Amino acid sequence: MAFQLTVNGRSSTVDVPADTPLLWVIRDVLKLKGTKYGCGIGQCGACTVHLNGKAVRSCLTPVSAAAKAPITTIEGLSAEGNHPVQVAWMEIDVPQCGYCQAGQIMSASALLARTPKPTDQEINSAMNGNLCRCGTYIRIRQAIHKAAEIATTSRLKKPSEVALGQGGAR
Amino acid sequence: MVVNRRSFLRVSSLAGGGMLIGLYMKPQKAEAQFGPAAAPLPNNYIKIHPDGTVIIMAKDPEVGQGVKTMLPMLIAEELDADWKMVKVEQTDFDDTKYAGQFAGGSLATPFNWDPMRRVGAAGRELLVNAAAQTWGVPAEECSTAAGHVHHAGSKRSVSYGEIASKAASMPVPDLQKVKLKDPADYKIIGHSKRGVDTPRIVTGKPTFAIDFTLPNMLFASYQKCPVFGGKVVSANLDEIKTMPGVRDAFIVEGKVQDGTVVAQDPGLEPGIAIVADTWWQAQTARKKLQVKWDEGKGASQSTAGFAQKAEELSKQAPMKVIRKDGNPEGALQSAAKMVEGAYAYPFISHAPLEPQNCTAHWQGDKIEIWSNSQIPGGGRTLVAKTLGIPEKDVTIHMQRGGGGFGRRLTNDYMVESAWISKQINAPVKLLWSREDDFGHDYYRPGGFQYLKGGLDQSGKIVAWQNHFISWGDGEHPSPQSTMSATEFPARYIENYALNWSMQPLWLKTGALRAPGSNVYAFVIQSFIDELAHAAGKDPLEFRLALLENTPLPAPPPPPGRGGFGGPAFSAERTSGVLKLVREKSGWGKQSSGSGRAMGVAFHFSHMGYFAEVADVSVTPEKKLRVHKVWVAADIGSHIINPMNAENLCHGAVIDGLSELMGQQITLENGAVMQHNYDRHPMVRMSQAPEIEVHFLKTSNPPTGLGEPALPPILPAVCNAIFSASGTRIRETPLSKSGYGWA
Repeated sequence: MAFQLTVNGRSSTVDVPADTPLLWVIRDVLKLKGTKYGCGIGQCGACTVHLNGKAVRSCLTPVSAAAKAPITTIEGLSAEGNHPVQVAWMEIDVPQCGYCQAGQIMSASALLARTPKPTDQEINSAMNGNLCRCGTYIRIRQAIHKAAEIATTSRLKKPSEVALGQGGAR
Repeated sequence: MVVNRRSFLRVSSLAGGGMLIGLYMKPQKAEAQFGPAAAPLPNNYIKIHPDGTVIIMAKDPEVGQGVKTMLPMLIAEELDADWKMVKVEQTDFDDTKYAGQFAGGSLATPFNWDPMRRVGAAGRELLVNAAAQTWGVPAEECSTAAGHVHHAGSKRSVSYGEIASKAASMPVPDLQKVKLKDPADYKIIGHSKRGVDTPRIVTGKPTFAIDFTLPNMLFASYQKCPVFGGKVVSANLDEIKTMPGVRDAFIVEGKVQDGTVVAQDPGLEPGIAIVADTWWQAQTARKKLQVKWDEGKGASQSTAGFAQKAEELSKQAPMKVIRKDGNPEGALQSAAKMVEGAYAYPFISHAPLEPQNCTAHWQGDKIEIWSNSQIPGGGRTLVAKTLGIPEKDVTIHMQRGGGGFGRRLTNDYMVESAWISKQINAPVKLLWSREDDFGHDYYRPGGFQYLKGGLDQSGKIVAWQNHFISWGDGEHPSPQSTMSATEFPARYIENYALNWSMQPLWLKTGALRAPGSNVYAFVIQSFIDELAHAAGKDPLEFRLALLENTPLPAPPPPPGRGGFGGPAFSAERTSGVLKLVREKSGWGKQSSGSGRAMGVAFHFSHMGYFAEVADVSVTPEKKLRVHKVWVAADIGSHIINPMNAENLCHGAVIDGLSELMGQQITLENGAVMQHNYDRHPMVRMSQAPEIEVHFLKTSNPPTGLGEPALPPILPAVCNAIFSASGTRIRETPLSKSGYGWA
């Protein structure tokens, strides 16, 4: 069955069964590998994308439900990789293995879009669906606060300009 | 590992100018157990291009531990490179060039600290000699900084890029004699560097094994028997082959090594391969699969049966005595106080977030593989043996792994992909579903320990007896089912016995982050706490006092073992981290018993000393909150990449909390009952505590950090639960006893 998708501002037609998860259309038909498969049952959040600006689990979203709204994946979050969340992630060097981080970034950016200065509680509710098997939650929280701060400054840095911050280990 | 006389450098010119330095090195025995025992062969690490770009090769598998950044930092430091001009590239697996290409045992730092710095220093010496010769000045008068050679006397200066071609023709320095920096001059070691792949990760560029594709690549899924080693009797393959996108579906007979215990890498497991144009098509077809299995000898196993058998064994004489000092039986009888505790812990799964996957391309009589294996050398051996081809015809490209935790130290998914590619004679990516991963892991072995301890009138431990019950046929243990004769508190208690019995197991077991230690610490540090409370002593001071006992002599380390546990144990370094964590946590200054308390534990493993304090609340309804954790660590003289080191400690604590609270793999009729994160949960954002990390820098060589921060967190929390609520935890996971996160 043919579906018209708008992914990262680009329109494409895909011919797949209606119940195919959006995740596998993104990864293996559109060949955008940034969105990750982790659990397939909405438990880990590695597959998080924006559908109409809201964070959704693409592993549980049938392609048929995604055809009418704009989809944003990690690749389309910013043209130069300098969305405030990406810059904050770079500055705090959040990742360990990095596999969950695209999903974390998509959940965090959706949170900041609706709640520009989230509290720790708001971060907990928005991010609890995203597992980090390496346990980088402290850095993720730090980076979300940082991103909120960056978003309020006028000029965004280029990725190459982002300096590494300092950890708290003594 | 240190560089010795068998190591020497080779330098050759790069096409297009520049130079390349190779380190020839014979791997030591300790490495041989993790990688192939290679003859002395070349390694290539540094390329300097005329524009000044320094390419440093990262040789070890990156699975999130930061080794792809850390090893190049060691080289760059002694090379005196400008880190901004450094580009890091991942090598292939190639034991004709590189030694010890594996990620395990927290060994990358101790194995590479010396040789990688010497590679860098040798490179620097070549560049200095080339500049000195050009200028006609003595090399001793030249200095280097940030990718340049300087001659102060004549105020001349040249960039590494400009002099690199000439350097390639200079005589090769002796690695033993190269001059290493005074650590006070370090500009890279000890200075945080961002992970070299972080920019790719945050922008979603293809980075992991699962992202790799080849032209005309097909996708495979692989259905194995729910019971380990079970064989296919029949299946509706004709129907499956007609499903959309399916190119082939076939039975794999497999070749699992038979025996009384499951071997470390038992071989290709039987199953059914479904190959399709996309993975989702293969998975969709798989849902229609109907298979008749011959489940084999594992089919009657159950978790309940294991517990019952352990209870029986605990009442019988042990099968083996691992260690005996003094007269533990007698000392227990004559003790002023005797404490008993029966501890148990389950099988658990690694579940790295990137599911097992591997791309293989069979071409003629050779195979090429793209893998995130933690031990590609082992995979090469397994693939060659299973496919019946020489090892030289197996090429392995190393790719970033989305987590490892020990899961990728076995190459079952690699050999499956290789077999499928050969069968269909096409490039193929095998991807396991999450359910496949949970159902077919090399599980952290569960087990049982029955402890007795005796105290004298003064509250000192005078006797310790442990009946350790694990897995095996009575002679041969299952992988990762042993316990060392030198595991603390051995040597520190005069009447001590470590007894051992095994029960049969037909299930794969393997190393999970801090193998062994992730359960020894829970049991031993909890039981020490029981004794401290029975003695009416402060648990932290009680531990310090125990460490002051005069130890029995340490045996020499067994050959080939680099210091995983007991033999190298230093009471002084342990006391050091205990005192540090006492200070940082404000230990003893908080009143306990009101539903909130601190607990302490320490553990030595992988050459690292860790003491941790957890501040924990627990409600009468068993709702648990870990407010804060303090980590005090001694991993030697330098923390190479401090920001990453802190991150790894955070992760180890959180990983340990996941193991403690909710994780267990249970068997019924031989089959695993947990198949996804919902039933084998990981800690989430709202449950993660605040964590403070402190490093105690001591004059010991730097050691690894992937693992040793994990073990103490489990007993630290359990000991806090006791102080807060009076309930002693002797079994994990806590959820089994009705606990949950607040």
